Amino acid sequence: MTAEAVWSALAEVEDPEIPVVSIVDLGLVRDVQVDGERVHVELTPTFLGCPALEVMRDRAAVAIEALGARADVEVILDDSWSTDRITPAGREKLRSAGLGPPAPRTAGSPKLLQLQNGPFRCPYCGSTETRLDNLFGPTPCRSLRYCARCKQPFEQFKTI
Amino acid sequence: MNGSADPSRPQGALDEQERQALLAIADDELVLGWRDSEWTGIAPVLEEDVALSSIAQNEIGHARAIYALLSARSGAGDAGAIAAGDALSSVPTAGDPDALAFDRPPEEYRCAPLVQLRFVPDWARTIARRVLYEAVDELRLERLRASSDEAVAGLAAKIDREEAYHRLHAEMWRERLATEPRFQAAVEELWPYAVAMAEPDDREQLERMFEPKTTPSNSLLQGARRGAHADGWRELWNEMTEVRRSVPGASW
Repeated sequence: MTAEAVWSALAEVEDPEIPVVSIVDLGLVRDVQVDGERVHVELTPTFLGCPALEVMRDRAAVAIEALGARADVEVILDDSWSTDRITPAGREKLRSAGLGPPAPRTAGSPKLLQLQNGPFRCPYCGSTETRLDNLFGPTPCRSLRYCARCKQPFEQFKTI
Repeated sequence: MNGSADPSRPQGALDEQERQALLAIADDELVLGWRDSEWTGIAPVLEEDVALSSIAQNEIGHARAIYALLSARSGAGDAGAIAAGDALSSVPTAGDPDALAFDRPPEEYRCAPLVQLRFVPDWARTIARRVLYEAVDELRLERLRASSDEAVAGLAAKIDREEAYHRLHAEMWRERLATEPRFQAAVEELWPYAVAMAEPDDREQLERMFEPKTTPSNSLLQGARRGAHADGWRELWNEMTEVRRSVPGASW
């Protein structure tokens, strides 16, 4: 058993709420340690209230056990995950699924003006003529925006 | 809430003062999440239906994570670690976050009366509470982020990043309703609850932020203090714990 084999298996574990991306694409796998038959994985949540967390943890364990190893998936409740950890491939997959990838984190907390007037790009037509419709969306990680050019509402990944 | 958060590396018992602070925050967030979720389906506009539901989900998620930390660091399995008369004394299994969330008798919850009050269908009070609560919450999270205990500081920082969006929501509504008499009256009415909920060190800063017209009387502050229970609390506790009490020991 190699750590590479574990990473490849985890790269197939989908986020149940955004099935186009895996937990590796989202940067949620913080560490993989292989010790003989035992595999220890550190998983970080996106938002603390995200109900997908348990599903991802359980699916990660199943994927590791399918390799013939004993899985120990630990959920780390600290501040180490941010939307900056989403990989370039992950961002592209989000965009192709109609979800605006998160803006890079800047120093300090997000500001209302920034979200209202920032150049957020429509994942459908690429225009930045978009407006914030709602800070909150169908899951904790998304806001709702509207593209004035192609008249398409879309979901925008929040920056945290 | 079952087992979402594998205890993150037990490192011994928490600092007592921080443990009390964390328990108070977890109880506040659980109960406020419950109250905010009462708007699901009936908010004045669809956007707010989504917003209040999402905020409620986040607050309950924060409670869940804090209960998990408290459980992991309670010296689980060592009943002696929990002193008699302690707020957690009646929790049968100290290592279980769900037990902490739902198995305490109503009088042992540490949530502030501010979050216990039921406001549906009054939007003005609902928003006034959100605005005041987020202000108090930001100040106490700032203190915990500076904790020398890495697990406490890390979790507080994570929670604070999510709360940033709740603060934006509160800011947006505070601006929008600033000149509305009903909203102004609601802020004045709930001000004593916010002051009573805040740590004494934070009160001056809150006064600068809200410039209240009146100074609350001692009896008002006494009724609004943490540990007191507001009208409707027992009904809320009944509702909140009903499913778990219906089949004790079941795993969901």
